[in-house]
Amino acid sequence: MPVNANSDQVLPALLARHRHNPTRLVQILREAQEALGWLSPQTLGIIAAGIDLPLARVTGVAGFYSFFHTEPRGRYRVLWSDNITDRMLGNQDLMQEMCKSLWLEAGHLSEDGLVSVDTTSCTGMCDQGPAILVNYRAITRMTSQRVAEVCELIRTETPVEQWPADFFNIDNNIQRADILLRSSLPPGDALRAAIARKPGAQSTLDEIKRSNLRGRGGAGFTTGLKWEACRNATGSGATPARYIVCNADEGEPGTFKDRVLLTEQADLVFEGMTVAGYVVGAHKGLIYLRGEYRYLLDHLESVLARRRAEGLLGHNILQQPGFDFDIEIHLGAGAYICGEESALIESLEGKRGVPRNRPPFPVTNGYLDQPTTVNNVETLAAAALIAKHGGDWFRQIGTEKSAGTKILSISGDCARPGIYEYPFGVSIAQVLEDCGATNVQAVQVSGPSGVCVAADDFKRRIGFEDLATAGAFMIFGDKRDMFEVARNFAHFFAHESCGFCTPCRVGTTLLKNCMDKIHAGHGSEYDINEIFKINHLLQAASHCGLGHSACNPMFDTLQKFRPAYERRLKSLAFEPAFSLDDALAQARQMTGRDDAGAHLATSE
Amino acid sequence: MNPDMTEPVSSPLVSSTFTLDGDEIPYAPGQTVIQAALAAGKYIPHLCYHPEFKPHGSCKLCTVKVNGRPASSCTTAAQDGLNVESETPDIKDKRRTLVQMLLVEGNHFCPSCEKSGNCMLQGLAYDLGVMSPHFPQIFPTRPVDASHPDTLLDFNRCILCELCVRASSEVDHKGVFALSGRGITKHLIVNSESGRLGDTDFAATDKAAEVCPVGVILKKRVGFAVPIGERKYDPVPISVQTVSHTHKKETV
Repeated sequence: MPVNANSDQVLPALLARHRHNPTRLVQILREAQEALGWLSPQTLGIIAAGIDLPLARVTGVAGFYSFFHTEPRGRYRVLWSDNITDRMLGNQDLMQEMCKSLWLEAGHLSEDGLVSVDTTSCTGMCDQGPAILVNYRAITRMTSQRVAEVCELIRTETPVEQWPADFFNIDNNIQRADILLRSSLPPGDALRAAIARKPGAQSTLDEIKRSNLRGRGGAGFTTGLKWEACRNATGSGATPARYIVCNADEGEPGTFKDRVLLTEQADLVFEGMTVAGYVVGAHKGLIYLRGEYRYLLDHLESVLARRRAEGLLGHNILQQPGFDFDIEIHLGAGAYICGEESALIESLEGKRGVPRNRPPFPVTNGYLDQPTTVNNVETLAAAALIAKHGGDWFRQIGTEKSAGTKILSISGDCARPGIYEYPFGVSIAQVLEDCGATNVQAVQVSGPSGVCVAADDFKRRIGFEDLATAGAFMIFGDKRDMFEVARNFAHFFAHESCGFCTPCRVGTTLLKNCMDKIHAGHGSEYDINEIFKINHLLQAASHCGLGHSACNPMFDTLQKFRPAYERRLKSLAFEPAFSLDDALAQARQMTGRDDAGAHLATSE
Repeated sequence: MNPDMTEPVSSPLVSSTFTLDGDEIPYAPGQTVIQAALAAGKYIPHLCYHPEFKPHGSCKLCTVKVNGRPASSCTTAAQDGLNVESETPDIKDKRRTLVQMLLVEGNHFCPSCEKSGNCMLQGLAYDLGVMSPHFPQIFPTRPVDASHPDTLLDFNRCILCELCVRASSEVDHKGVFALSGRGITKHLIVNSESGRLGDTDFAATDKAAEVCPVGVILKKRVGFAVPIGERKYDPVPISVQTVSHTHKKETV
């Protein structure tokens, strides 16, 4: 993060490049921060004036996203991915080592203003953790030695661009490839097939419908129906249009398959978007790429540039008059909720990523209030193959209700973590065997918002008729503490709740505090009942899926691994969360004392 | 106009109805469930809903069951034949829990609050039979802002309903208020580089000055002019009052 750049020099050009357009605010803030190090009140003021929005609105947007800083965070900002898989690989001890070595406290800026160290939600490197982000560039496989090396580079104030290149190597770890990851479809072939299919775009839509392709982001909505609804909807206002949005905000902890798809098969994804544009009648596509994958930006831009040069993007694509389509990449800035499609659209429009009230749905009122198709990365890649090979070809892969393949992101306790693409219908037991997992206690399928599957259910199968998944597959061996797994997820949801609705905003924090209370040995049966009570409310009254599923990890583990909770409980009916001795912690810290006299005699 | 008043709605053009706790409720096209219910003299608890503003759907107090599924009655369009349940023990229990959540999220000390008796959150808590905050207090740090000559901001009581945000933007065209932060750290901010209300163009005559359902936006130099016990929601519960007010306006 260079901090020597001057906002007066940087911002006018930046604002002009974004045409002073308030819907580009998130991108403006990101670029301003990349140039200036942080978003000072002065910077925010210039931006607000430049796009004609109240300063408070701009500050509010900056304040929503974890990766935007309205306070100085140092020239080096180190963030430790804090998914449970990182924890299982020892990230907490390594982070402590780093803090000690740099003489600072996690979450605080060092006294010389040089560096800050903190945690962040899963960065999508679970198969090669513990992972960190340094100034938003990913470094994986952290060890004590790597911590020491990083600390030394920071202490010597070596610019991150000059750090050893191998620090930033990221493995794709493809362990099993099928139609998507093995595809060698030449760029443009799917488009040519779509154009050749007569009488027109409807024929390709029919193929998509025939394929029974369903969304790969977790919800599993039928893609053909979504495209059809968008195609049939008409835009409104001064600039009626339709939009294709690719959801690459892969934030669900334990999921990293879109990272690998975009690395290995970017053409296939872009081709799928362009096919969608052709079918739906859209001229613009947007990719919402999570901020953690910032390092992919140059690669993706170069693929887009090549496709423009090849006539696969732009005007009159493949010499088809009126077939105009181009793709723009937007970067997120650390907000899991933006994976929810309407929150994603809000973020694309430069706002706080808060899910909208629905109906209306994005297919009629999406980006800029126009009909919008939002599809997952993997869905779009599959759509490209269907455009080429037809719906019947696709449908014969997988099971009757779940056509095609599913890419699993496998992490946790196994010999060969990484990316596995299977035809739908594969059993958990088979997957565990393939990745070399033994003595498995549980598998968390589809991340914290998904399902925790215990060993007696390993015959269950991946597919919409049984275990629907967005791709995360985290394995927990028999030595793992499932309470700690659930507690990690409770912290995740509390951190990622957008805060719009009361039950999720307050409920996720109450859940987190409740789990911490049990962890600290102050829990009782009363607290277990509280978890069930909050679960009941969150399921019924939350605004969106985040709130609905925020209690799943506790609910699941309480059903299946209750002893993990019970051995922490005191036998009393109620235990206060408050501890007199803990209340003195701050005084102990200030006086630097930790002897017996600095503690209250406890009643243990 | 006070925040809890409901716009009178003219008689429905067509005789469409839905049922609310067994009663037939007529509605006009375009009305939401809560609008039709209030117009028909049936109270559904709410905090972020205000008849003069677009439904928001964030407080979730107005959660009902529509054909067996939970939904916010302020964002659900009234439709012929809907079966809406509101005053069931289960839903009332959820509403109590929501009020308790709001009470522990902020710092609410009713006995010393100038808004006591005029506060919708307090009024609802009494009406729903909330006997305690139940959950451990979160005790956030929220400094007050006394920089404006006529108005005091006490963020400790903010329930994040965004009514002042909406009023300042949509009615006053000033954008004095906005939200920042996320999740439990979400908070109200004002539109000045210093972050102080006194440095904004806010005026005590703004619409935004009168919409706060709780005690965040307060007039300076008005303190306990009406004794506690004789204030708005002291003699008559908020549910009865909101509905009878709506009814009175309709019959005028």
